[in-house]
Amino acid sequence: MSAIEARGIEVVLGGNQVLRGVDLAVEPGELVALVGPNGAGKSTLLSVLSGDVAATAGSVDLDGRPLASYSARAAARQRAVQLQHQGLAFGFRVHDVVMMGRSPWYRTPRSADDEDVVADAMRRTDVGHMAERSFPTLSGGEQARTSFARALAQQTPVLLLDEPTAAMDIRHQEAVLEVARTLAREGVAVVVVLHDLSLAAAYADRICVLSSGTVRAEGPPAEVLTSSLLTDVYQHPVEVLVHDGYPVVVPVRRRSPENPVGGPVVEEALR
Amino acid sequence: MSAAPGTLPEAPDARQREAGTRGSWRTSLTNRVGLISTLAVLLVVAVVLGAGQGQMQIPASEVLGSVLHRLGLDVGPLPSHPRGEGTLWDVRFPRVVLAVLVGASLATAGAVMQGVFGNPLAEPGVVGVASGASVAAGAVLVFHISFLGSWTIAFAAFLGGLAATTLVYLLSRAGGRTEVVTLVLTGVAMNAMTSAALAFLMFLGDQQAREEIVFWTLGSLNGTRWEAVAVVAPLAAVGIVAALLLARSLDLLALGDRAAFHVGLDVERLRMLAIVVVAVLTAAAVAFAGTIAFVGLVVPHLVRMIAGPGHRLLIPASALGGAVLLTFADLWARTAIDNADLPIGMLTALVGGPFFFWLIRRSRRSAGGWA
Repeated sequence: MSAIEARGIEVVLGGNQVLRGVDLAVEPGELVALVGPNGAGKSTLLSVLSGDVAATAGSVDLDGRPLASYSARAAARQRAVQLQHQGLAFGFRVHDVVMMGRSPWYRTPRSADDEDVVADAMRRTDVGHMAERSFPTLSGGEQARTSFARALAQQTPVLLLDEPTAAMDIRHQEAVLEVARTLAREGVAVVVVLHDLSLAAAYADRICVLSSGTVRAEGPPAEVLTSSLLTDVYQHPVEVLVHDGYPVVVPVRRRSPENPVGGPVVEEALR
Repeated sequence: MSAAPGTLPEAPDARQREAGTRGSWRTSLTNRVGLISTLAVLLVVAVVLGAGQGQMQIPASEVLGSVLHRLGLDVGPLPSHPRGEGTLWDVRFPRVVLAVLVGASLATAGAVMQGVFGNPLAEPGVVGVASGASVAAGAVLVFHISFLGSWTIAFAAFLGGLAATTLVYLLSRAGGRTEVVTLVLTGVAMNAMTSAALAFLMFLGDQQAREEIVFWTLGSLNGTRWEAVAVVAPLAAVGIVAALLLARSLDLLALGDRAAFHVGLDVERLRMLAIVVVAVLTAAAVAFAGTIAFVGLVVPHLVRMIAGPGHRLLIPASALGGAVLLTFADLWARTAIDNADLPIGMLTALVGGPFFFWLIRRSRRSAGGWA
């Protein structure tokens, strides 16, 4: 049984069809990356999986049960979500924000571990040293790591991450995905929206390429990330190299040693 | 220390930092107890002073002695003045107790409303909820409605407050959040509408109703009787207890609607409950005392500056702080000028207005404006 499974998802937002018949199943222990150009429907798909957006058609099953049948609290014990932008209305401290991830377990036997789980989540995301700082005063990357820690503190079998690394430096990008990878190894089903294709290639078991609201390709990174597919999907010439056994995706730049002032490379490639 | 897989290598002082975190967590618990007990002591001082001061001075020892005697403890002196006991129990205590209840209700309503809107400027007075309640109460006065006896005004104020809160909520929210500018402008529109409605009621009403409405809009605790306390006390108690029960959920709401839902909060249900709580507390506050502005804005803000934004401390500390503030404000209102009872709403606005200016300037500096 899949940890989370979407079937035939259609979403219409403001008259635009954002998703058309998307299927996605994620097994426990699997890390799936959602990639695709801006407006492909990645974040919308993640919203449907997390229960924020109701699909116009299609269904989502969480742990074998329709997501719509879950109460907010029951769902929060089954899946955690990190949003792309996490605001905060008041100046709560980092520790308080991470502790909010424990609220689904409030008044259950598991709440006995709250302090330990929170300390562990903060350590894994390298925010332990700013536990006392006020969340709104943190940089974008630090806020994202705090939100990631909050999602970890929920200790759910499904983890949904919407561009968790967008505001982070290289060290923390790698660290966040390393943690996600470790959780997957421990049996968590992880879905992560990523823009950095090389990052996706290095950490994902499976990559799902979305384009104009449909799944263009799905499979292991080495099979999915091909120059022709990516060039077509991103409308920009893309080259796929192999480094250390992982695909590395490089955009072809107008300016190159052979063509120092730029030129019609893009137009040629798209022709 | 070797790093576990999937963990960043730790800086050498990470353990110390962690220990520091735990330590200060415990300290903050001491701070909580400290803040609450300080405010409780202040409240006792305010009540004793408030009951003792006035045209007839009754020393604090005699106030305490009188209370203890009523409780069946034969301790301390009784009021030495022949009419002291009567003044204390028929005039001063009802008024001081009402000040405590109204102050606590106003500040708690402010704290809850700010939590629901995720916005430090949301306050029943600013967004026009208090004046909505006043209009309903004014209608009761003008049309001489009294189907619930002494509860009629409170009930009308509750309905008016509920209608106004719901309206403000529906009008100022878009896409799951409230923009400050929208909220304040909604308040401006709401206050314009309610002042028009009040003006119309004064036009309709007779001389006596007019005077009562004027007294209302100024806000005053003058002439409070125990009947008023009997109506306000249960409303305030229910409202404050309900607000305390919502505290944990209000913390989560600070994450925003989506993330609050992701950590298991039924956001819509919480908002509905909170709106009813705000209406109950507003009704308790305005039913007899009229509109008293800015207490719900100033008190939670000061508490947040001292104790942080957590609602489990913010709500009880605001309730106590509001009670202290209003008791002292009322004492000032009736002793500042000999033989005159100044409207307390005027005094709180006099102090609260500049505070509001300061709040706006401060937020502009830290957040680059609110647009």
